[in-house]
Amino acid sequence: MDNHDSHITSYALNFKVLLVLLILTLTSILVIKFHLGAFTVAMALLLASIKCTIVLTYFMHLKFESLILRLMVGGIFLLFAIIIVITFIDYYFR
Amino acid sequence: MNNQTSTAPLNYLNHQTGLWSWLSSSDHKRIGLLYFYCIVTFFLSAAVLGLLMKIEKVAPGQTIMTAQTYNAMFTLHGIIMIFIVVIPGLAAVFGNLMLPIMIGAKDVAFPKLNLFSFYLFFGGACLALYSQFANGHAPDTGWTFYVPYSAEASSNVVLALTAAFTLGFASILTGLNFIVTIHTMRAPGMTWFRMPLFPWSLYATAWIQLLATPVVGITLLMVIAERTLHVGFFDPKLGGDPVLYQHLFWIYSHPAVYVMILPAMGVVTEIFPTFSQKPVFGYVPIALSSLAIALVGYFVWGHHMFTSGMSYESRWFFSLLTFLVAIPSAIKVFNWLSTMYGGSVDLQPPLLYAISFIFLFTIGGFTGLTLGAVATDIQVHNTDFVVAHFHYIIFGGMGFGFFAAIHYWFPKIYGRLYHIRWANIGWGILFTGFNLLYFPMFIMGIQGMPRRYYDYDPKFQLGQTISTIGAVILFIGLITMISNLIYHAKKGALAPANPWHGVTLEWQIPSPPPHENFDEIPVITKGPYVFDNPYTK
Repeated sequence: MDNHDSHITSYALNFKVLLVLLILTLTSILVIKFHLGAFTVAMALLLASIKCTIVLTYFMHLKFESLILRLMVGGIFLLFAIIIVITFIDYYFR
Repeated sequence: MNNQTSTAPLNYLNHQTGLWSWLSSSDHKRIGLLYFYCIVTFFLSAAVLGLLMKIEKVAPGQTIMTAQTYNAMFTLHGIIMIFIVVIPGLAAVFGNLMLPIMIGAKDVAFPKLNLFSFYLFFGGACLALYSQFANGHAPDTGWTFYVPYSAEASSNVVLALTAAFTLGFASILTGLNFIVTIHTMRAPGMTWFRMPLFPWSLYATAWIQLLATPVVGITLLMVIAERTLHVGFFDPKLGGDPVLYQHLFWIYSHPAVYVMILPAMGVVTEIFPTFSQKPVFGYVPIALSSLAIALVGYFVWGHHMFTSGMSYESRWFFSLLTFLVAIPSAIKVFNWLSTMYGGSVDLQPPLLYAISFIFLFTIGGFTGLTLGAVATDIQVHNTDFVVAHFHYIIFGGMGFGFFAAIHYWFPKIYGRLYHIRWANIGWGILFTGFNLLYFPMFIMGIQGMPRRYYDYDPKFQLGQTISTIGAVILFIGLITMISNLIYHAKKGALAPANPWHGVTLEWQIPSPPPHENFDEIPVITKGPYVFDNPYTK
């Protein structure tokens, strides 16, 4: 069992992260007005992925975890990215 | 509550008594047995449905049921067998019973979560049954719930979808529990490559359970939303895309095949060295091939959709990837055979089932390549060929793996020995019935017999009749096998700690195991398959 030191992130940092998340949420709403066509879903997924990464990194303390745990989480995201890409390849060629 | 009988030493079966002590126990072994009894009960119920369907098809035309009843029956048979029996089967039963012991732990990482998983499973199973009888409208969509039919059918589809969702949640939590257990609770000295191969297979399985199941969970919720809120995800009438449903469904449901089969591969990997009294051949390749199967298995889902209107490019892409799965599967098969080669082979019932597993799984695997190639798949798609293929894989693979596991670990679980000759007879009947039942379906499938039809052209009658006779023989084999086990669980001769001369940790503790498995956590100093006998020198 890992007995690594506990990490307490400062209020200031948490507040900055919250601010970034709110801005990204606002962006994901505003971006609809630009009529990106086929790229609308891609943009929504990109923004959601950035928000998700920030939450995992700071709020869920992944930044302070061991390399193996970070690799596992990264691997999972890579897996889902590949699955989504493969699915959309079908749509692109259909 | 502690009641030690005068004859039996204190163990997990008798250290507490009463129904409540079982229903509230967080002991991994008791939870494993709860799963076992539930799953066997559901398995027998669904097997009876299968038998009735085969009796219906003994002659052309209506025999014992209407077409609508037949549709409901194959749906119920599929839902019970897939979601309640084969997906959770080996991992939930033998993973719970054996994983902590085999890695030298006293329990899983989250014992209470483990019990919660069981109740989620039980609740989901009850809901699935209820959906068949509520309002007299049993779902008739098949276990795949394909849209647009499942979005429009008037039967109890929402209840069945909710049941599948709940069962999926139980599976996710079990997977999470096993991953954390294997990462954090291995005995001192048990490095990754000193871990037995059944835990390795459970580890690969758990990752699939954890990562793939949420996809189908969300997909099923989307169908519910479509039916109740009329949100257009999949139904073309609402602007949705039915092929998207198939993508999302098979992104989970193909890896789910490996949730079924990987633990079975793990079981036979334990059995071959024990009954050959020889170290497993190719330990590292077998361990890594489990992970490889799990990984590649994520990317082959499209082979279920070759005729669904998927793009040409996707079809050849998925066909290529499908063929890649054969490589790690073949690595395992060659290593199992090499393990037996030159060993002191003892043909006890667990080994008979394990060898049958190789035989049946290989037939299922080769016919899977027929289905993985686009050209031949289009010829046999939606025919009895497909039904025969997946029964060879799932029943011949997972089912016979399950039977191998119970015959292998029975003395450890109950502290009793079953009757070897009756077990052998049961195996013989089962194996004969299985092949008579399913092999004719390959031939009929190639000849054009569609799946899921309750009626057929008279030219198929010979094949259908042979298949029905096989179903009856198979059922007799099941009854023979189960009767032998049930009777001897109570009345069998007392089993020694290590009746099969196994070398993994579960054979080093008493039968049945004590409540907390080990008085002292063992320190591991060598690999898991070191046999101290002349054959290893």
